[in-house]
Amino acid sequence: MADDRTLAEMLRAQGITRRGFLKFCATTASMMALSPAMVPKIAAALENARRPSVIWLSFQECTGCTESLTRSHSPTIEKLIFDVISLDHHHTLMAASGEAVDEALNEAMEENFGKYILIVDGSIPVGNPAYSTVSGISNLDMLKHAAEGAAAIVSVGTCAAYGGLPYASPNPTGAASVEDIIKDKPIINVPGCPPIPVVITGVLAQFLTFGKIPELDSLGRPMAFYGQNIHDRCYRRPFYERGQFAETFDDEGAKKGWCLFKLGCKGPITYNACATTKWNEGTSWPVESGHGCLGCSQPNFWDMGGFYRALSMPTVDLANKAGIGLAAGAAIGVAAGALNRGKKAKAVREHETVTVDDLEKGA
Amino acid sequence: MNEVDFLLWVRGPGLAIASIIFVLGMTVKMFEIFMLGRKKNLAELRGSGIKEGFRTIITRSGHVDTYSTRNTRFTHIAGWVFHIGLFTAIFLLAPHIEVFKSIVGFAWPALPTPIIDFATVIAMITMLAMLFHRITNPVLKYLSTGQDFVVWALTFLPLLTGYMAYHHLFFSYTLVLGLHILSVCLLLVFFPFTKLTHAVTLFFARWYNGMMAGEKGVQQ
Amino acid sequence: MDCKNEAACGEVAFTGNVTPILNEIKHALNSLIETGESTTIDLRAMPMAPGEMQQIESLLGTGEVTATINAMGSSTVNESLYAGVWLVTHRNTDDEILGKFIEITRIPSILESQTEDMRGALEALPDLLAENC
Repeated sequence: MADDRTLAEMLRAQGITRRGFLKFCATTASMMALSPAMVPKIAAALENARRPSVIWLSFQECTGCTESLTRSHSPTIEKLIFDVISLDHHHTLMAASGEAVDEALNEAMEENFGKYILIVDGSIPVGNPAYSTVSGISNLDMLKHAAEGAAAIVSVGTCAAYGGLPYASPNPTGAASVEDIIKDKPIINVPGCPPIPVVITGVLAQFLTFGKIPELDSLGRPMAFYGQNIHDRCYRRPFYERGQFAETFDDEGAKKGWCLFKLGCKGPITYNACATTKWNEGTSWPVESGHGCLGCSQPNFWDMGGFYRALSMPTVDLANKAGIGLAAGAAIGVAAGALNRGKKAKAVREHETVTVDDLEKGA
Repeated sequence: MNEVDFLLWVRGPGLAIASIIFVLGMTVKMFEIFMLGRKKNLAELRGSGIKEGFRTIITRSGHVDTYSTRNTRFTHIAGWVFHIGLFTAIFLLAPHIEVFKSIVGFAWPALPTPIIDFATVIAMITMLAMLFHRITNPVLKYLSTGQDFVVWALTFLPLLTGYMAYHHLFFSYTLVLGLHILSVCLLLVFFPFTKLTHAVTLFFARWYNGMMAGEKGVQQ
Repeated sequence: MDCKNEAACGEVAFTGNVTPILNEIKHALNSLIETGESTTIDLRAMPMAPGEMQQIESLLGTGEVTATINAMGSSTVNESLYAGVWLVTHRNTDDEILGKFIEITRIPSILESQTEDMRGALEALPDLLAENC
């Protein structure tokens, strides 16, 4: 249940000293991709922040986002976030099951109506809502009902943000994203497949600290984490500039760490924090490990032309199209040519003359 | 439609439509040209003309006679510089070679990207100079039609957007890449219906000119 | 370093973050001496090539002061070989690194005793006195 104590009071009650609190603020600022100069501001804001109620609903998803978050190895910050927020409902994580869960959910929503944060992962099948249900309630109905009393909605993972994997062609379940369905509440998209764990908690921490929606880009993502292009932050960029590309995954170029453009890297059109924040507490990220960026925080990344086809390659078979053009062109050409010959023969027969106007016709 | 959907469209249906129109248009044009044929030469042949035809394809690119060269020196040099820059950018840049590889199945070595960048800038500057020349030279101004300027723009835009894409200028990369591919689609669509067909017809035109001269026994 | 994969050892893939960071430290140190203004650099906000972080740390080295803080996991605060340039590393209770900062300052504020904690200590001392009287 939501608490009336401020965050600082709660941390104090947990036996955390002010020095510990400052350490928390410094690492939170780093996690939120804010300048260290902001730490005093964060400390001041957190001192007075109150503990919001959070409801997490999981729909048509693979649970990877929850796994990413809970499997992360810097539990102090995440743990604190979750101790600090009141996670009143989470299908996978909560200990209760059955009807008790439904009751708890309804209670949480009623008690905190208009004030709770709704977190959603997974897409919502709209084609036939029966494709994904919980306790006999379709995801679509559950989302609409829960959204009514939410202060803000956070779509975690590309499935909730843009449809993700279920949305990929031919989208058999009619999967839709949260923003396709809910139009009257502020929505923060935190895409990624899965998102970097520290990004998920960073966004929550930002909301907690400043009490308002962070600055969002044109696709609804927080600028703090999604404001930079992977390509612009990639350490292999000098190789791209010099035109040194790896041709296969095990050639000399690959071993030397050359650019992975030819192996399908979608870095140039992807916005995420992977190149700076990296994964597993800064251990590495796909490009550093030798695999091109999949573009997993972008809409339609499953249909972006193939993970291993270069970004410049067309997504359709152009040779085939050219063949069609050639065949049709030949047919039309023969017909047009025959018509022209007919006209020419007629002109010769009738002794037609050529005038200046005829010559100007083609100009 | 957001920029991601736009990029997906131009890379898919956009390029498909443009390619079909391009190939179809060029094929129809070629059939029309060749099926009309030539008037039978009733004079006695002084030479077969075939060898002279091929020779002319090459010699027409260079010095023809002193008088003509003096008058057209600017266009001649600018033309060479622009075309070399354009072909370098199209055929020797690694991401472009990937496109050709996906169509014809084989690739060739690329040049370092900074060299292509330099060639592109040279090509663009030359194009601007040629545009200026066209507007200020009295003869060219008299002869120019709307099509000349449209064709200039169709050729200039892919160079410009390609340059912007590589240098991440002004807009997001996704949008610029989409615009670059769109500009190429437009170029392909209008290609068969404008004077851009010279890219193909120039070889036949020069060959026939050389052949006719060769049949008359005249040096070409 | 013993490496099979050159790219992972930072010997070939060099983004050159080292020189800009060292320059930033130099400017900050100058500013500290002239105006007393402190600067903090968040190392995790930069796209480091593999091995670059280690290179920067080994270039800065460890000087006269080494301090360990035990609050929600350990944090180490070392003055580098260059006076006024401190390296602060925050770890959690599982010893994983949460943050790495270079602080150009007289003394990192995290080392100072905090007023609230001192107030709490002041409240607790009478009990100690009472016990030992």
